[in-house]
Amino acid sequence: MKPPSPSSADAVVSVANLSRQFGAKLVLNDISLHVPRGGVFGLVGENGAGKTTLIKHILGLLRAEQGVVRVFGLDPVAEPVRVLGRIGYLSEQPDLPGWMRMEELMRYTQAFHPNWDADYAEKLRAQFGLNPTARLHTLSKGQRAKAGLLAAQAHRPDLLLLDEPSSGLDPLVRRDILEAVIRTVADEGRTVFFSSHLLEEIERVSDHVAMLHHGRLVFCGLLDDIKAHYRRIILRFATAQAKPPEVPGALSVTGAGREWAVVCRRGPDEHFIGAANLGASVVDEHRTSLSEIFVAHAEADAP
Amino acid sequence: MQLRIANTDGTPIYQQIVAQVRHLIAAGRLQPGEELLPIRTLAEQLTVNPNTVARAYLELERTGVVTKRHGSGTYVSEAASAMPQREKLKMIRQRVDALLVEASHLDIELDVLIEMLQQRHQAIHPETRQ
Repeated sequence: MKPPSPSSADAVVSVANLSRQFGAKLVLNDISLHVPRGGVFGLVGENGAGKTTLIKHILGLLRAEQGVVRVFGLDPVAEPVRVLGRIGYLSEQPDLPGWMRMEELMRYTQAFHPNWDADYAEKLRAQFGLNPTARLHTLSKGQRAKAGLLAAQAHRPDLLLLDEPSSGLDPLVRRDILEAVIRTVADEGRTVFFSSHLLEEIERVSDHVAMLHHGRLVFCGLLDDIKAHYRRIILRFATAQAKPPEVPGALSVTGAGREWAVVCRRGPDEHFIGAANLGASVVDEHRTSLSEIFVAHAEADAP
Repeated sequence: MQLRIANTDGTPIYQQIVAQVRHLIAAGRLQPGEELLPIRTLAEQLTVNPNTVARAYLELERTGVVTKRHGSGTYVSEAASAMPQREKLKMIRQRVDALLVEASHLDIELDVLIEMLQQRHQAIHPETRQ
C-alpha cells in the first residue's frame, strides 16, 4: 500500500478547465483536478461552493459546457453505462423507492450491477442492523443512509463517490460511513471521492484534499503537503493595537490588544511572515488543522 | 495496542501514530517481538486512511523500531529495547519542563519542588523508604 501519486497518468477522475454557469451565476470557474487511483480524495467547501455541481459532472448528470471531464478515461455523458457501472454513489439524501422493502432494494440494485456480491451485501445488511422486510419509507434518516451506503458499495465499485454523506447524521452512522471509505481504499486500487463540510472527517481519512470556494479551486493536493504550507503564528505587540495589524500574505488576522493570531501561507522565501517589520515579536507558531486553513481562506476570499 | 488520534492537533496523523507506537514501546506496553495490529485493522479502529497507517509503519521500519516479516505482519524489533532509555528520558524531560513552568507560574521555589518530589516518591513507593 503506497500513498497514491498526484500525477495525472493514473487518474480515476480528470477534470480540465471545467466551468459552469447557471443563469448569471458562475458556479464552477475553470476547475482542473485529478483524482489519483487508490486513495481518498476529500472535497471541502461551504454550501453553494459548487461541490454538488462538480460531482454531477463526474456522474455524467451534467454535460461539460466548457472544459473536459473524464472518468476511468471515458466521457461519463457519452458512456454512462460503462462509467456508472463502476461507481458507487451516495448522496446527502439518498433517493430510495419508499414502497420497497429492504430485501427488494437489494435485489433491485443487484440487477443493475453484474459485479454485485450478494454475500457481501447480506453481511453489510446484518452489520448495519437493517431489517430485510422493513419498507424503506419507514426507515429513520440514519437507517436510510445505511441502506443507501449498502446499495452504493455491495458491487465493490472502483470509485466510491460520496456527496455530503454525513450531513445531519449521528456519530454512529457517520462511523459506518467512514469505515466504508476505509474498507474501499484498503482494497488495492479502489478509490474514494468524498465531499463534506465536516473537516475533521476529511482530515482523518483523506490523502488528497481540494477546496472549492465561490466556484473556484482554492487549493488541491496532498493533505500533508497542503498543511505543511500553513502556520498559525501568534504576534505580540509592544502596545495594544486598536485594529487588526496589516500582515502581508496573511489569510486571516484575529485577536485583540497586544496579541494577534495570524494564519498565513509560506512565502516564496520559505518564511511565513516577516514579523520584524511589523513591530511585533513572534511568541508562538503552530501547524494548522485543515479546519483552520479552511476558515482562514473562506474569510480571506469573502466577497 | 491502543492509540488515539487528536483531530484538533495540526500534527499529521502518521506522525501521531509513529509517536504513540514509540511511546508504547518505551512504556513497555509493546514488547520486543510483539506484533503490531495489521494496517487495515488499525485503520478501521482509528477511522483513518490505511495509506496513513502504512506510511507510519514504514517510518517506524525505516528507523529500526519495527521490522516487517515477509508474508506476515509488522513486529517490534528485538533491537528496539536498546533505544528506549533515550526515548524514556526524552519523554520525561517534556513532563519535567511542563512541571517547572507550572511551578514558576505558581511562585513555587525549586527546592520546595524537589522536596515535594522526594516526599511523593516515598508516598507512592513506600518500599523504597530508608
